[in-house]
Amino acid sequence: MPVMSYIQAVTTALKEEMKRDEKVFILGEDVGKKGGVFRATDGLYDEFGEARVLDTPLAESAIAGVGIGAAMYGMRPVAEMQFADFIMPAVNQIISEAAKIRYRSNNDWNVPITIRAPYGGGVHGALYHSQSVEAIFANQPGLKIVMPSTPYDAKGLLKAAIRDNDPVLFFEHKRAYRLLKGEVPEEDYVLPIGKADVKREGTDITVITYGLSVHFALQLLKSLPKKVSTLIFWTLELSTHLIRQQLLKLRKRLVKYYWLQKIIKKEVSLEK
Amino acid sequence: MAQEKINMPQLGESVTEGTISSWLVAPGDKVNKYDPIAEVMTDKVNAEVPSSFTGTIKELVADEGQTIEVGELMCYIDTEESQSGAANEETSEKADYEASEEVKSETDRSMKKRYSPAVLRMAQENDIDLSQIEGSGRQGRITRKDIEKIIKSNNLPQESTTSSEVTVNQSKTEPSKMKSEQNQSVSSSAGDIEIPVTGVRKVIAQNMVRSKQEIPHAWMTVEVDVTDLVTYRNKVKNDFKQKEGFSLTFFAFFVKAVAQALKEYPQLNSTWAEDKIIQRKDINLSIAVAKDQELFVPVIKHADEKSIKGIARDIYELAMKARSNKLTSSDMQGGTFTVNNTGSFGSIHSMGVINHPQAAILQVESIVKRPVIVNDMFAARDMVNLSLSLDHRILDGLVCGQFLARVKEILENMNSSTSLY
Amino acid sequence: MSKERHEALGLSDDQVLEMFKTMLLARKLDERMWLLNRAGKIPFVISCQGQEAAQVGASFALDRDKDYVAPYYRDMGVVLAFGMTATELMLSGFAKAEDPNSGGRQMPGHFGQKKNRILTGSSPVTTQVPHAVGVALAAKMEKKDFVSFVTLGEGSSNQGDFHEGLNFAGVHKLPVITMVENNKYAISVPIEKQIASKNVSDRAQGYGMPGITVDGNDPLAVYEAVKDARERAINGEGPTLIEAVSYRLTAHSSDDDDRQYRESDEVEEAKQKDSIITFAAYLKEVGILTEEVEKELNQEIGSIVNEATDYAENAPYADPEDALKYVYEE
Repeated sequence: MPVMSYIQAVTTALKEEMKRDEKVFILGEDVGKKGGVFRATDGLYDEFGEARVLDTPLAESAIAGVGIGAAMYGMRPVAEMQFADFIMPAVNQIISEAAKIRYRSNNDWNVPITIRAPYGGGVHGALYHSQSVEAIFANQPGLKIVMPSTPYDAKGLLKAAIRDNDPVLFFEHKRAYRLLKGEVPEEDYVLPIGKADVKREGTDITVITYGLSVHFALQLLKSLPKKVSTLIFWTLELSTHLIRQQLLKLRKRLVKYYWLQKIIKKEVSLEK
Repeated sequence: MAQEKINMPQLGESVTEGTISSWLVAPGDKVNKYDPIAEVMTDKVNAEVPSSFTGTIKELVADEGQTIEVGELMCYIDTEESQSGAANEETSEKADYEASEEVKSETDRSMKKRYSPAVLRMAQENDIDLSQIEGSGRQGRITRKDIEKIIKSNNLPQESTTSSEVTVNQSKTEPSKMKSEQNQSVSSSAGDIEIPVTGVRKVIAQNMVRSKQEIPHAWMTVEVDVTDLVTYRNKVKNDFKQKEGFSLTFFAFFVKAVAQALKEYPQLNSTWAEDKIIQRKDINLSIAVAKDQELFVPVIKHADEKSIKGIARDIYELAMKARSNKLTSSDMQGGTFTVNNTGSFGSIHSMGVINHPQAAILQVESIVKRPVIVNDMFAARDMVNLSLSLDHRILDGLVCGQFLARVKEILENMNSSTSLY
Repeated sequence: MSKERHEALGLSDDQVLEMFKTMLLARKLDERMWLLNRAGKIPFVISCQGQEAAQVGASFALDRDKDYVAPYYRDMGVVLAFGMTATELMLSGFAKAEDPNSGGRQMPGHFGQKKNRILTGSSPVTTQVPHAVGVALAAKMEKKDFVSFVTLGEGSSNQGDFHEGLNFAGVHKLPVITMVENNKYAISVPIEKQIASKNVSDRAQGYGMPGITVDGNDPLAVYEAVKDARERAINGEGPTLIEAVSYRLTAHSSDDDDRQYRESDEVEEAKQKDSIITFAAYLKEVGILTEEVEKELNQEIGSIVNEATDYAENAPYADPEDALKYVYEE
């Protein structure tokens, strides 16, 4: 099984999906000739042409809005926000439009769009190139939020996002892009959106986390005293709306949240 | 025949109640579905409410001027499921009210003593004893129409009173009788245009009738030489407009003079309250502002405490508000005396109707250049008439003459040394 | 006006009569909705009155079997022309379960019907402009010969999405026609306090497309402008911005009292140019709308409106638990 970086897993997923389905196309700033500022779309312009790897004007609301329109027609757009920090001009299109189109049309229309955005700090990005914005969207009905923590998850979940018939926000941690490497199967596979991956079973402490922080949590585990022998880790590659259902199934004591943003903490802690 | 209810609609998001500004139908009227039945005012919109049914209006439950909650009953309507039924109903309504005496024991009369505000008011105004009337409304409720019928028939069941009181009552009911007689004689012929009296026009009419019926008016006019004031104002008006952003009108000077004189003659700043006269402490001057077919009387509060500029600003702002329909009820409340700028219509003499329940109204007429004898010589002077209407119950010629003389004195001494600020 | 006008545009007598009929139906439905609102039967109305000529004239210039439309909340004329029925509009007014626009979930005027290619709209204004551009992008990518048509008010032409959408369409030469229905007011704010340029259409120049201002009270003028724009779009010549100037004859909505901000004289003056009157006059002049035809038309529309009202009023509401449906695919 080949070993690849997190960002290579993203690129691979995009390439495979574009090959599989002609309706899939990419739009965003610098995604074409340049292959993306992080090079997530590297090589796709050459392979699929300008029409399917579209460099757009620098206008985030249009990137989201044009993608939504194409998706309503029946295309499978993958829109890229250059940094999660710059998603704000598109929030009206994402929350008022994409998230609500199925609901407001009583299931007549739907929006199978995927919006990718690199997030997170630790990359010399300072204030406006480091933010984690998932909490803004996590409490919005109609959206699915995906934040993979491994290259394996990244490929399987991005494919699932593209094939999903509802809008998916796909946040990729910038520091994970080249830091994380792992085995990724060559064959086509999709991972279910909304299902937690239990990294370790135990009874004393529950840690719920997602994205890059899963790895911080795993490191923490090593430094704990030996007598705390059992722990539970969750990684959340899922919409927080579905967390509660998972928790209900688990029926374990919640002791501690690690690296979880406040709004998500609130959502999770609603169920005891 | 089925009886249906028409309830107060929700006219606008967040609106919870509506005020019936006027009914456009009366019991017995035939209406088609979607015909307008009432004008309703809410915080957000004023609108005509249409009927939800075709049929005959049975009873108006809510009264004009009454504010009722969304979903509350406005009126009953008999829908046209059976035409013959509707016809019967009409004939029974036409029967005179003595006839209904006979059937009263047969039916439920539980609503008889629930009088609507309009019925109460009409009964009081005409001295009608409601306990002696048989209501034609639901469960014996006395309707507006019942009262109107009685007034028309001139068959007034009055409270048993002592003989001395009877004469008073009779004189009081007289205007109503005259009114109904006039109503009967008026009819339109081909080519005439009939304009329904509704909304603001109706309120104006009611107020005027009330004032003229209740207040014994007397009149008095003085002539004022405002040549110096005219010279002064014309000299400063352009600068003033440029500096302040609104016009310095002659009217502001007149209002100022009246406010000052009222301070010295508070008798004119008062209200008749049957067994007493209430002299008002605050000098709040109502001014009349006309807009299209409507007349508003907003109030300059504490006019005696304001400079000419302050008064000019109030006049400007109130007039702007009136023209854009933005006057609030607080803008129009609390007036203690009215100054009416009749000169703006070109009038040189008029007799105003007092703004009930105030004691007097002053008409400021046109300023006209006229030859006047000054020091035994003819001179061209700017002259203006001030016409006062007074409530003779409160005021007499003497005090009014003194008041007018004082206003005249103040105005004749207004000149370039008068401070605008 | 002469008979040659509609013939010169390639429109038959039947077609112009059909245009008028659609305009009149929109007007009569709208008037009925106001009555229903004032009678407390429907919660809200937002009117097409005064803009029917622009809406219907434009729609008739499109291919109503192929093209996509992204209407805004006043476009009753557009959706009627694109196949939504009077009954369906009334179902939306009464917020009944059968309403094809939203199943009673949205206010009236928030149109959407996939089978007629009417994109679903929302209350935040102008979001539909990028959507129409997206549909046009799909048309270009899929090499299809349809266009997308999007409308908005002149007030909305100040929103970022208008500028972002038009620029995107201009850069990629997409087959999208944007029609600004300039009714002179954004609720209470008049055009001169909304837009610094003389015409809304002046803005087209910045986005590399033709900008045209037409008389929105003249359905034939609007027809011509949209027909030309559609031809350009289909030929790969890119987008067009059309400004159709008319006047909003009603208050902004059933919740608004326009006497607070405009003079009744102004409204009366605009009513002289009401397309329902002026277009009828043209059709009479050229002998299409005879007295007999007019009478029939009024009767037919009257009964359509009555039937639609009765059907919608008696139709069931959605079940309360249906409010939980369709947040996601089920």
